[in-house]
Amino acid sequence: MTIDVGSIDPAIVARVRTAALEEAQRLGVSNASVRIEEIRSQIVALRDGLLETAIDDTQLGVGLSVVYGGSSGFAATFDFSTDAIIKMARQAVDAAKLVTPARRGMFELADEPSHGEVQWSSSFVTDPTSVPLSDKVELLADWSRRLMTSSGVSHVSARVLAVSELKHYADLSGTVASQRRVRMHPVLEAVALESAGNDVETMRTVAPPVGRGWEYLLGHGWDWQSELAILPELLTEKLRGPSVKPGRYDLVIDPTNLWLTIHESIGHATELDRALGFEAAYAGTSFATPEKLGTLKYGSPVMHVTGDRIVEHGLASIAIDDEGVAAQQFDLVRDGILVGYQLDRSIAARAGYPRSNGCAFADSPMHVPMQRMANISLQPAPGEGPTTAELIAGVEHGIYIVGDKSWSIDMQRYNFQFTGQRFFRIEKGQLAGQVRDVAYQATTTDFWGSMEAVGGRSTYLLGGAFNCGKGQPGQVAPVSHGTPSALVRNVNVLNTRAEAGR
Amino acid sequence: MSLGSNTLEPPSVVVEAALAASRTLGCVVIVEETSEAEVRFANNTTTTNGVRYSRRVTVISFAEVEGGVAAGVAARAGLIDVKELVRAAESLAQSTTASKDASDLLTGSAARDFELAPVLTDLSVLGSVLDDLSGVFTRAQKAETMLSGFAVHSVLSTYLGTSGGIRRRHVKPTGSFQLVGRRDGGARSAWTGVASLDFSDVKVASIEEHLFQRLEWAKKSIQLDAGRYETLLPPSAVADLMSYLYNASVGKEAEDGKSVFSGPNGGTRVGERLCELPFELRSDPAEVPMECENFLVAGSSDARVSVFDNGMALERTKWITDGTLNQLQYHRAGARQSGVSFAGPIDNLTLELPGAAKTLPDLVATTERGLLLTCLWYIRTVDPMTLLLTGLTRDGVYLIEDGQIKGAVNNFRFNESPVDLLARVSEAGQTERTRGRESGDGRNRTAMPALRIPDFNMSSVSPAS
Repeated sequence: MTIDVGSIDPAIVARVRTAALEEAQRLGVSNASVRIEEIRSQIVALRDGLLETAIDDTQLGVGLSVVYGGSSGFAATFDFSTDAIIKMARQAVDAAKLVTPARRGMFELADEPSHGEVQWSSSFVTDPTSVPLSDKVELLADWSRRLMTSSGVSHVSARVLAVSELKHYADLSGTVASQRRVRMHPVLEAVALESAGNDVETMRTVAPPVGRGWEYLLGHGWDWQSELAILPELLTEKLRGPSVKPGRYDLVIDPTNLWLTIHESIGHATELDRALGFEAAYAGTSFATPEKLGTLKYGSPVMHVTGDRIVEHGLASIAIDDEGVAAQQFDLVRDGILVGYQLDRSIAARAGYPRSNGCAFADSPMHVPMQRMANISLQPAPGEGPTTAELIAGVEHGIYIVGDKSWSIDMQRYNFQFTGQRFFRIEKGQLAGQVRDVAYQATTTDFWGSMEAVGGRSTYLLGGAFNCGKGQPGQVAPVSHGTPSALVRNVNVLNTRAEAGR
Repeated sequence: MSLGSNTLEPPSVVVEAALAASRTLGCVVIVEETSEAEVRFANNTTTTNGVRYSRRVTVISFAEVEGGVAAGVAARAGLIDVKELVRAAESLAQSTTASKDASDLLTGSAARDFELAPVLTDLSVLGSVLDDLSGVFTRAQKAETMLSGFAVHSVLSTYLGTSGGIRRRHVKPTGSFQLVGRRDGGARSAWTGVASLDFSDVKVASIEEHLFQRLEWAKKSIQLDAGRYETLLPPSAVADLMSYLYNASVGKEAEDGKSVFSGPNGGTRVGERLCELPFELRSDPAEVPMECENFLVAGSSDARVSVFDNGMALERTKWITDGTLNQLQYHRAGARQSGVSFAGPIDNLTLELPGAAKTLPDLVATTERGLLLTCLWYIRTVDPMTLLLTGLTRDGVYLIEDGQIKGAVNNFRFNESPVDLLARVSEAGQTERTRGRESGDGRNRTAMPALRIPDFNMSSVSPAS
């Protein structure tokens, strides 16, 4: 596979790579890896059909990770001159020396074979950062106008984030990888104001961010026309809908909402660095600690969760991770039992794993790679499995939740609260109009333990986010989560207006 | 400039080169140089670290288009070809529609310090902290305590130039140090965090003492149910909550009916008394020791700021005064349309109750029965119309009875709006420099009092520790 190598002359990439690794070796490191990255990000935002923001941003830089004398060190610069690269290598080694007196135990990396020269690209037709701004504005303005001319819609905001990321990686094992990834996140939101202006509701599209090109907006992977057509009507119905009565409900949760619950309560909880306390000061720890591996009842027997960095269009998919480890797929929860963790090379070494499962990522050349989330996915029911309508048919009195909105979970990943975009009452197995002000609150293992059924392949969707945060200094990672619809019994539903004392 | 050249042009030269390359109606150039050094630690050992040096150049080009003036923004981090960047911004401006937020371009002159070099930092600024940590880790190990934390220092040097002659430079050092102590596999934990400009005032020994005192408090654990409790919010927690309030104080969003500050019929709540106590919420670029940029730097336009306003003077602004909502944030175009005054975002925030002098221990001493929080975490907006926030308590909730700490309580999920909280405050302490545990990464410069809330809504128990 050959890829577009970006704006940096390949000869410069080779010079910087060689200078950094050679200087690190000369200084006596036991391990070194260098990343030269070019990340182009574009934001186009319209308010009521008119352009509000257009940003074209490219980040270019080089970062070097070393292991020296049993300590890790990292340095990065935007200056590609050979002098600056040599200085960067010295800074990385100096950093490792400086932290050594306060270090207990050795910093080591689990073994990984050389993968030689690798070129890889994510799967896309048109790099969205190459599409002229006027084309983007035209499409979004057209869609905004269509929503604004519908009855009941007062304001419309439209926004597309597009990223094209190029990573040149090399390490002392001989792995030299050049990889391009493209991703898109389009969002349209409509606002409805009641005539007196005393009541307001919003609703946005529930199309997920994906690892696709501009073709995503032209109908590859999502039916935009249908969603835009139905949005105003759904919004009006929601504005006029009754406020939810708090209490316990059976929930049928759409993939457009459930992906986020998976992300927060499974994705982060199965990061081994968290479970071992290495994020205790910031992102938090995990209730799913290593001594429970193989025994913890995470959820009901229908629960099968995998991690991967290989799925097509997955936001965390890549061939070689930021520590030189080849992409893999692995089980995290099988038959409802915790069976695995996400690893990077240092955590794998600390915990006695022979090899990392390839979850290292740095969000920029300026940041040190760390264990970041793989695509964490809930597997659909085997065979044909139930449709979402069939799951709904099994509920006497409940709520069908579509789309994500607000989210919060505690630092050990037990107690969570989520809202959504659309909440349909279920009465006697049928949808019975929308309600408002819904939040569901649960403890992770109770929630997944109450999952009675997962939908079949026909309900499966790859959801995800661009903005998963972790680490100090903070890093932001894109990640996908595949999931079917699911039926979860007897979940605590709050009324958010009542919570606000209204 | 070619990639990999051996000379690095100073930021002021980059600004001039970009302005000279501009061919359209007007141009703004922003160069931001960041130098940063940090060390993380966990489980009583240093873990990762880093030093970095980065430069971001943002060019905003203004072009005449049908019906007005359009703006295009192009930004590059890393070494760049200045002319190519200006052409990219111009091409964006020329291919878009007239900006709704257009205003006349500002004129001005060059500040005397404009040509000075950026200020850099490196790991040596953390040297004494790292020296202390080795001993701290050894003592913690003996006390069966696991310490984790983060020390970070950065310097942002900002250079702003406009085709109207404005040349401004600002150097902003920012630092913070955080320490978390955990015992019994994390069942008992405590946190403390401080902000600092240069680490000379970071006293690791006193932070260690504070942390271990709290871990002693936690020796007795007490289970409490969800419910409404009299609660003392320490300054760090107040900083996190007020940060949300400040972020929501956007005039145009309020006028659109989309915020807690929306009034009837497309109006806002400016002029409305929000709370009985005469609180003042303000931002001031000259507030000591939280000085920040006194001119606007905007790399993109939104409901709050406009790229047309780059270089506007930022002055002491009272968002709330005498408990009354006084000012929302507006760019110039928005302010003109609404008949109000411009108010740009300023990178510090102070909440003060005039005359309040009590410290947090004073407030504890006069509490008959209530909860003392350490900090809040994972705060998210649930409903922008009420600014209902949800989140968790973290690393230490303590039960106070008869003015004494009785032990540590389980964590809670809360659902509360900072606007409602201000209205319900029964007592406030003295304002002190603090840093929100969660919001402090983005807004380090805050000064807040501790607050007593008679009926804080703990929505459910979190088993987390």
